Amino acid sequence: MEGDIAQMGQFIGAGLAGIGSGAAAIGVGHVAGNFLAGALRNPSAAASQTATLFIGIAFAEALGIFSFLVALLLMFAV
Amino acid sequence: MATEAQGAEAAGNAPGMPQLDFSTFPNQIFWLLVTLVVIYLVLNKVALPRIASVLSERQGTIANDLAAAEELKGKAGEAEEAYKKALADARAEANRIIADAKAEIQKDLDAATEKADAEIAAKSAESEKRIGEIRASAMENVEAVAKDTAIEVVRAVLPAAEDASAVDKAVDQRLKG
Amino acid sequence: MATEAEGGGIKIDPMGQFVVEPLFGGDHVAWYTPTNVTLWMAITVLAVIVLLVLGTRGRAIVPSRSQSVAELTYGFIHQMIEDVAGKDGLKYFPYIMTLFLFIVFGNTLGLLPTAFTTTSHLAVTGVLALLVFVTVTVIGFVKNGASFLSLFWVSAAPLALRPVLAVIELISYFVRPVSHSVRLMGNMMAGHAVIKVFAGFAGALGLGAVFPVVAIVAIYGLEVMVAFVQAYVFTILTCVYLKDALHPHH
Repeated sequence: MEGDIAQMGQFIGAGLAGIGSGAAAIGVGHVAGNFLAGALRNPSAAASQTATLFIGIAFAEALGIFSFLVALLLMFAV
Repeated sequence: MATEAQGAEAAGNAPGMPQLDFSTFPNQIFWLLVTLVVIYLVLNKVALPRIASVLSERQGTIANDLAAAEELKGKAGEAEEAYKKALADARAEANRIIADAKAEIQKDLDAATEKADAEIAAKSAESEKRIGEIRASAMENVEAVAKDTAIEVVRAVLPAAEDASAVDKAVDQRLKG
Repeated sequence: MATEAEGGGIKIDPMGQFVVEPLFGGDHVAWYTPTNVTLWMAITVLAVIVLLVLGTRGRAIVPSRSQSVAELTYGFIHQMIEDVAGKDGLKYFPYIMTLFLFIVFGNTLGLLPTAFTTTSHLAVTGVLALLVFVTVTVIGFVKNGASFLSLFWVSAAPLALRPVLAVIELISYFVRPVSHSVRLMGNMMAGHAVIKVFAGFAGALGLGAVFPVVAIVAIYGLEVMVAFVQAYVFTILTCVYLKDALHPHH
């Protein structure tokens, strides 16, 4: 393990890519929080919008998954 | 690094991530397609038509039950209507009978009243007549008494004056005047 | 099996569970070789048959428990297609139902200990997403002809912006299968890998393994939810793409 600059770069890169997961978590929290705020304002319209909620969460989460994937690629595939 | 971390286990797979081991892709894709086709056939031939038929059957049953309930409700409404009509008829009949009875009684009453009135009128006419007679006879008596009295008075005062007819004439004149 | 505390430290191999292996020995994986992929896909098919065919064999007006589940699944997907893609999307109901059932059973069966998660492989989700992509594109062109291209021409935007938007829309259209597949595969793989990492800690900690085990239980609960949510998301996105193909003028 010692003295392997390339491996160090991989691990650092993987760690940096992991930040993206946290950013995606912020995004998902935004989506869910805003949905809840809107749903409490107008509960009668909430049920019809759950599909939109899940689509929004999925889009936000997909990008976090991408960064997670980049981390995994750096760790195991490069 | 990858081979080191994986140890001897993954020795056969060059990349660390099995997801990127392209040598297994044809295998997975083949079995995936087989699986999808099997699931699709099972769903399309057996499962979905069956569930759809069960659901529509249930829908039909529910609709039938609702229709039957509706029909029964209609019948109940009709029965209520009939009951109300019968009640109204009975009431009208009763009213009619009461009115008839009243009219009959009124008629009887009228007849009786009339009869009574006639009797009363007859009786009062008779009484009138008798009163008249009595009055007339009383008048006559008064006349006679007055004439007699006058004759006696005249005789007592003027014994010479024996003329009764003159006295009668005078009394008559006085009674009339 | 992947973790040994030996010598210099912990060796955790979160990826070992995703390795495709032949069922009956040997190490060459040809396209026809029965592998653990085959096994778990067969179990998926079996689960679908048990739920939807055996579960509904009573055909009862008042459903049994399994029949209720089957009917709920049916109604759920049916409703979703009708809500998102419209009435004319119902023609593709069996196809979307197939996708949903395969993914939901692949995800949940993969959560069984020592199971192989078929939906955590790019080859599988990629083919699923490409099938959706190709089908939807073909449907779009068959139903609408060349006017399907108006999907990329945003008539609500100012004229000067439209070419730029068209390029962006075009790119986002072609990125769809990528995000569609990687989302599912990434979610599945991430959860399983995290559980494996915690399991590795538990193996190394001895008595202190209580904490990782509690964490595994919590993550497992989350993963059960993710398994259903990702199947739902994959299906509803398919419906959204189908809607774009059926009614490109928005």
